[in-house]
Amino acid sequence: MQGVSAGSELPCALHLEPCSSILLNTTAEDHHVARMAAVALGLTVLESAIPSPLPGVKPGLANIVTLIVLARYGWRTAAWVSLLRVMAGSLLFGNFLTPGFFLSLSGAALSLAVLGLVRHLPGRWFGPVSHSIYAAFAHITGQLLVVYLWLIPHAGIAYLIPVFATAALVFGTVNGLIAAHFMDNADSFTTKAAENSS
Amino acid sequence: MYSTALQHIRPGDWLTLLCGGLFVAMLTLSLWSGDRADKAVIRSGGKIFSVVPLSRDQQIEVRGPLGISIISIRQREARIASDPSPRQYCVRQGWLKQAGEIALCLPNQVSVELTGSKKRYDSLNY
Repeated sequence: MQGVSAGSELPCALHLEPCSSILLNTTAEDHHVARMAAVALGLTVLESAIPSPLPGVKPGLANIVTLIVLARYGWRTAAWVSLLRVMAGSLLFGNFLTPGFFLSLSGAALSLAVLGLVRHLPGRWFGPVSHSIYAAFAHITGQLLVVYLWLIPHAGIAYLIPVFATAALVFGTVNGLIAAHFMDNADSFTTKAAENSS
Repeated sequence: MYSTALQHIRPGDWLTLLCGGLFVAMLTLSLWSGDRADKAVIRSGGKIFSVVPLSRDQQIEVRGPLGISIISIRQREARIASDPSPRQYCVRQGWLKQAGEIALCLPNQVSVELTGSKKRYDSLNY
């Protein structure tokens, strides 16, 4: 993320557009993050069309993107993609700064924190499926904390925990498998491409 | 399809799945076991008719505007054994076991509610 550029190479200096415009110099990495966040956003929109038996029980398909980005480009990029998805998603659905937004944010933040820890597990033994399950549990933990500390400060929400935990385990596993599948495909594709070119 | 899915699961992932499953099972057992009820509160016409412990098996007759409702208590469970209400909802509800469960016979204005050691909520809105 670089600052506003100023100089004679600005389009306005060449009389291509008015000089009041602000040009942000973006790097290739910014574009990449934006593309990934857009994919995640698309999955979020797709998912909102799936009916849910209980508000809050969702597959969290956008986390597939977070997992792949984490494995390929590291935690920092994954955090960018995930938080951008939350922000842009809330603007898209019109729930920016509403309780729903803070639920998404707390879930995303805590699962990013946990992903930052579990990605250091030995890769020979623990793959995207483990990462996904831990992140899913972290996600509902973050959300339930916000629900309990802010929205419904009542012990009654404890009765919903088993439902959310089951959903986290199931959807965490499925998302992890999908992410692993995609990465595997991409790997075999790049190896094949390398073989063909050599 | 299944074999390709399985090959993505590494040994540690199985461990994670197992731990996750045990964790969920433990949560479910501990959070959904519920309170054992120890008292039955019998109301008639909106007033408490009597509060009886579930430890002793007995039959209680309560008179309402339509007639007599019979409440029976057996093995720490309670039910409305008979009632003059036309639709018999409260009788068909069967045995009440957990604290917070309630059977209402609205036409005869009789109800039985089980209570546990701690008072729980009646409803939750959000």
